[in-house]
Amino acid sequence: MSERVAVRKTYKLYIGGEVPRSESGRSYLVQSGENSTANVALASRKDARDAVVAARAAGSGWAGATAYNRGQILYRAAEMLEGRREQFVALGIPGDEVDAATDRWVWYAGWSDKLPQVRGGVNPVAGPYLNLSTPEPTGVVAVVAPAAPALLGLVSVIAPAIVSGNTVVVAASPTDPLAAVTLAEVLATADLPAGVVNILTGRPQETVPSLAGHRDVNALDLTGVADAELATSLEVKAAENLKRVLRPVPANHDWYADPGLARMTALLETKTVWHPKGG
Amino acid sequence: MTATAMSARSDLTELGRSETALRAFLHGLPGVDQVGAQQRAAQLSTRSIKATAKAWAIDLAIRMVDLTTLEGADTPGKVRALAAKALRPDPADPSCPHVGAVCVYPSMVPYVAEVLRGPAGEAGPAGVEAVSAGARVVHLASVATAFPSGQAPLEVKLADTRAAVAAGADEIDMVINRGAFLTGRYQEVYDEIVAIREACGPAHLKVILETGELATYDNVRRASWLAMLAGADFIKTSTGKLPAAATPPVTLVMLEAVRDFRAATGRQVGVKPAGGIKTTKDAIKYLVLVNETVGTDWLDPDWFRFGASSLLNDLLMQRTKLTTGDYAGPDYFTRD
Repeated sequence: MSERVAVRKTYKLYIGGEVPRSESGRSYLVQSGENSTANVALASRKDARDAVVAARAAGSGWAGATAYNRGQILYRAAEMLEGRREQFVALGIPGDEVDAATDRWVWYAGWSDKLPQVRGGVNPVAGPYLNLSTPEPTGVVAVVAPAAPALLGLVSVIAPAIVSGNTVVVAASPTDPLAAVTLAEVLATADLPAGVVNILTGRPQETVPSLAGHRDVNALDLTGVADAELATSLEVKAAENLKRVLRPVPANHDWYADPGLARMTALLETKTVWHPKGG
Repeated sequence: MTATAMSARSDLTELGRSETALRAFLHGLPGVDQVGAQQRAAQLSTRSIKATAKAWAIDLAIRMVDLTTLEGADTPGKVRALAAKALRPDPADPSCPHVGAVCVYPSMVPYVAEVLRGPAGEAGPAGVEAVSAGARVVHLASVATAFPSGQAPLEVKLADTRAAVAAGADEIDMVINRGAFLTGRYQEVYDEIVAIREACGPAHLKVILETGELATYDNVRRASWLAMLAGADFIKTSTGKLPAAATPPVTLVMLEAVRDFRAATGRQVGVKPAGGIKTTKDAIKYLVLVNETVGTDWLDPDWFRFGASSLLNDLLMQRTKLTTGDYAGPDYFTRD
């Protein structure tokens, strides 16, 4: 019997629910597992622009979905991630980290219908009015994922952004992009509408400046930016159209710790409505 | 000009006198190589236009836009806003050129005229000089002749046309009678175009072929020639009311027709693809097609136009990207 020919995998981008190669046609080599290498797409500024268009197009549908529905879909992402545990382990992600990432999806999924109650409510006002505040998503969020831990870090920046109805364009860890591409496969099978999460692999310093300056991006999460000078220049660009900015986290940040609400609440707008009271 | 060319020219003007001659001529036109036309259009659309050439192409494309709104829900306020945008597409950048024309339904023409030409009696448009000193003015196009179906008696179509011209339109977009064309009643279509041409008076006449209903490229070529023989100043692909709107191969066939028509008669006719052109990339593909098929003579708003509504905003966003270096967002331009 002849030996099977190896079925090798091409690691591509995840934009608008599809898995295109980089528009530039470029790719780069990364270590995959113990002793093999993989070709990964090297995203360009144009890919980033296309991703923003996809994220914007997905925005109204995702933000308009019921909190219950968003929670279900995020929970399904956790189910899919659980089912692919072995695949992540084969990529060199420790089993503990995959479990923690799965638990994090579940934790954030549960917040989808609780966030409006914690962050919104009825405000006491001095007048005959019913005054209500509700949190709303900011819009399109550009995210720089932390370089490590590749999977848990990625999940910990994506989930809090999308649970409230934002859509994201994520620049994945440049050194460990295989986890990000595999996570894209998880999300593609989780009923997540196309364009809600878009993942760019490659060099963040190449794609993120164009995202920071992009007028159609509403918030910028610099979590994974290690270079302080780059972070400052990105903040300056983001100020051009008053994007919300999340500053980088220190390299020794403990991603396994309870994340708290900060990442979710940083990407919300509060809408307040005044209703005259009858009588 | 040679004697044969001269006699060809006089022959062409005689064609409209007899249905038999017209049919013989139109069916004698060489057939279109369908695969060839599609491949040629596809190949030209792979051209990469960058940097200064792109900036030039974007400004040219803006000047070629027929900013269009043809909705049942159009209101005077909406078309006034559109006309204001036509004069000054990017209020943040005075160097941005104005568009080629505004295209509306006849009932909306007076409101557009008010904005483009100033209140009745006053000379000259209020804003145009300031926008681009010495440049051409924004034209005012109106669809007529029972747009988009063209299914109305000739008297109604003529009255429709005259009303639009009287209200201030200087370009008329008419639709041909596709039913008559497809059943081979070429004389009827010809006579109708001639009659509308006459009713237009000084206004330019654009003839909409509605290529999506013509079924074959051969028919597109025949309809193009028929319209030009009958006196069209422009031939236009579509109404924009069908899902099958302008495509590069159809535009290629029409461009070849205007090129051959000029070679045969000496008269230059413009081309206007309309419908489905939404992005700067699409627009630049068409400009490449024009340049490679008919040459630079047609790279001018007088001879090539885009019938579009959402295209303008994309052109403006790309223009802003080139001038500022940052991608622009749709929130920064009016939605119309």
